[in-house]
Amino acid sequence: MSNNILIIAEGRAEGLKKVSYELVNMAQTLAAALGGAVEGAVVGSNVGAWAETLAKTGVTKVYVADDKGLEHFAPESYTTALAAIINAAQPAIVMFGATGWGKEVSARVAARLDWGLATDCTAAQIENGALVLTRPVYAGKAIAHVQAKSFPVMVSMRPNLVPPAEADKPAAPLQTVAVALTAPRAQVVETMVKEKSKVDLGEANVVISGGRGVKGPEGFAPLNELADTLNAAIGASRAAVDAGWIDYSHQIGQTGKTVAPKLYIAAGISGAIQHLAGMSSSKVIVAINKDPDAPIFKIADYGIVADLFDVLPALNGEIKKIQGS
Amino acid sequence: MPFNIVVLLKRVPDTESKITLREGAVVTEGLNFVLDPYGEYGLEKALQLVEQHGGKVTAVLFGSADAKETIRKALAVGADEAVHISDPALEGGDAAATAKVLAAALKKIPYDMIWAGKQAVDEDNAQVALRVAELLDLPHVNSVIEFNLEADGKAARCVREVDGERDVMTTTLPAIFTAQQGLGELRYPSLKGIMGAKKKPITDWDAAALGVAVATVGAAGAKIQQTKLEPPPARPPGKIIPGDAQTAAQELARLLHEEAKVI
Repeated sequence: MSNNILIIAEGRAEGLKKVSYELVNMAQTLAAALGGAVEGAVVGSNVGAWAETLAKTGVTKVYVADDKGLEHFAPESYTTALAAIINAAQPAIVMFGATGWGKEVSARVAARLDWGLATDCTAAQIENGALVLTRPVYAGKAIAHVQAKSFPVMVSMRPNLVPPAEADKPAAPLQTVAVALTAPRAQVVETMVKEKSKVDLGEANVVISGGRGVKGPEGFAPLNELADTLNAAIGASRAAVDAGWIDYSHQIGQTGKTVAPKLYIAAGISGAIQHLAGMSSSKVIVAINKDPDAPIFKIADYGIVADLFDVLPALNGEIKKIQGS
Repeated sequence: MPFNIVVLLKRVPDTESKITLREGAVVTEGLNFVLDPYGEYGLEKALQLVEQHGGKVTAVLFGSADAKETIRKALAVGADEAVHISDPALEGGDAAATAKVLAAALKKIPYDMIWAGKQAVDEDNAQVALRVAELLDLPHVNSVIEFNLEADGKAARCVREVDGERDVMTTTLPAIFTAQQGLGELRYPSLKGIMGAKKKPITDWDAAALGVAVATVGAAGAKIQQTKLEPPPARPPGKIIPGDAQTAAQELARLLHEEAKVI
C-alpha cells in the first residue's frame, strides 16, 4: 500500500462531472498530510477524452479502464473494473463523489475488497495520521464524526464542498488497466431520457422548491421560470409530492433527497422537520411564505412574508436586471 | 410459481421526529420508532408478489432487543414470518460489519429474491444491502422504481434510478433489489393484521446461531468508527425583508447579489 490517494472520476455525455474536479482538490489536501500523491481513475466506454482532461488537473497519473462492456452502468462490471484499478494503484484512500453512481458502485467495490467505506461525507482530514470524516446522519438532524481505524479506506464526498480543480496543468501519464469482464447478471437494456428538471438536484448550485403554497401542478410555473433564469433545479416538499403535483424524484427531505446548494429558495413551504433535514446545510436559504409563523423562517437567511405568486415573478425580473447589467 | 422473498428491514426513528442528543447519543425516550421507510416499499412489493404468485415473505431485522415491536409492524401488514437478529456482540458495527451479519443470516434462509430499502434514514449509509449482494455473489438492482417478473419467473425487469436518470435493467434471480420511493403505495395494517401478527413466528438469532466470528462483526469488526455525534451547527439569525412583494423582491435580489454573493 502506498500513501497515495486515488480519486474515481465520473462523467456524463458532456464530460466529467464537476464533483470529479472537486475530488482532486480535496485529495490534494489529504495527500499533502499523508506525504503521498493524488492519482485519478476513469472507467467507462470511450472515455479517452475524460482521461485526458483529468490528467491536466494536477494528478500524477490517471488509470483508465476503457471497455465496451462499461458502456452502461452495470454494477457488477464496474465493480470488477474498479477493483482492478485499485489493485493496480494500491492507494491508502479511494475517494468517490457521493452521487447516486458513486454511492452505489463504491459500496459494492468496498465489499469486494473488504474495505471500510464512509458514505456521503462533508469533510475529510488527516488527524494524528488517521483519516477523520464528518458525515450528516438522520439527513442532517445530527452530525457524526467518524474515523477510519486503518488504511486503506474508501470515502464518498458530497458535491459542492470545495472549488473544482482547474484542468490547466501539464498532462500526467495515462495507465491503461486491462479488465476481464464477463456478461453481468444485472444489465442495462434501455436508458430512458430524464424528464423535467434539466439540472440534477444533487449537483445544482441553486435549488428552488415548492410546497403546499404552490396549490397545484401548474403552481410550479413561476418556480420553473425562475429556475431557467438561475440554471436551478426544482425541488419540492413532501406535501407537494404527496398531493401528486410533482414527481417524487423532486422531493427534498429525510425521505427524498438531501441537498446543500449555494442558494436554496423555499416557496410556499412551511418547513416540516423532515423537509428541513434535507436542505438546512444549504449555504444561503431564502423563504417565501404567506404565514409569518412558518418554521422555515427560523432557518432562513432571508425571508419574505408574501404570496409566492407575487414575489417569484418580481424576483425573476429583478435578477434578470442584475444579470443584464 | 411461489417465491421465497426476504426483506431486510431496520428500526429507525420516524422522519417527523426531532433528533435530540445527550452526551453524544440520540435520546430514545419518547422517540417514535418505525420500519425504515424505503424498506417498507420493498416489503410492499414483496407482499404483492407473494399475493400474485404464492410463496412466503420473511422479514429480517437486525437491531437491538427493543426492535421486537417494530418487527411486528412488518408481520401486521402481511409478512409471514420474521427473524430478529440481536446480540450485544453484534452491536456497534459499521456497514461492513452489518453486511457480514446479514449475509450470514441469509445463508440460513432460502430465498429467490431479497428486498431492502435504498438506504436507511438514520445512518444514511446506502451501502449495507449492496455489500450483502457482493458478499453473497448476487446481482443487484439499486433504487428500483418499477419491478416486473419476466414470464418464466426466473428473471426480473426493473426501472432503476441513478442521478436523476432512469434505466431499464434486467437481472437473473436470485438477486437483491433496493426500493426507492416511486415503487408503489404502501398499505396500512388492518386490525385483523395487527391481531394476527401476535401469533406469527419470530425467530431470534444471536452471533452463535449465525456462526459469525465475533472479531469480524460488531464494534470489533467495524472499519469505520464513530467518535462523536453532535447537533448540526446553528444557522445565524436571518432577516425578514419588509415591504410589498415587488419592493421585497427587489431588495432580496440586491442582497443575494451584493451581500450573499450567490447570484
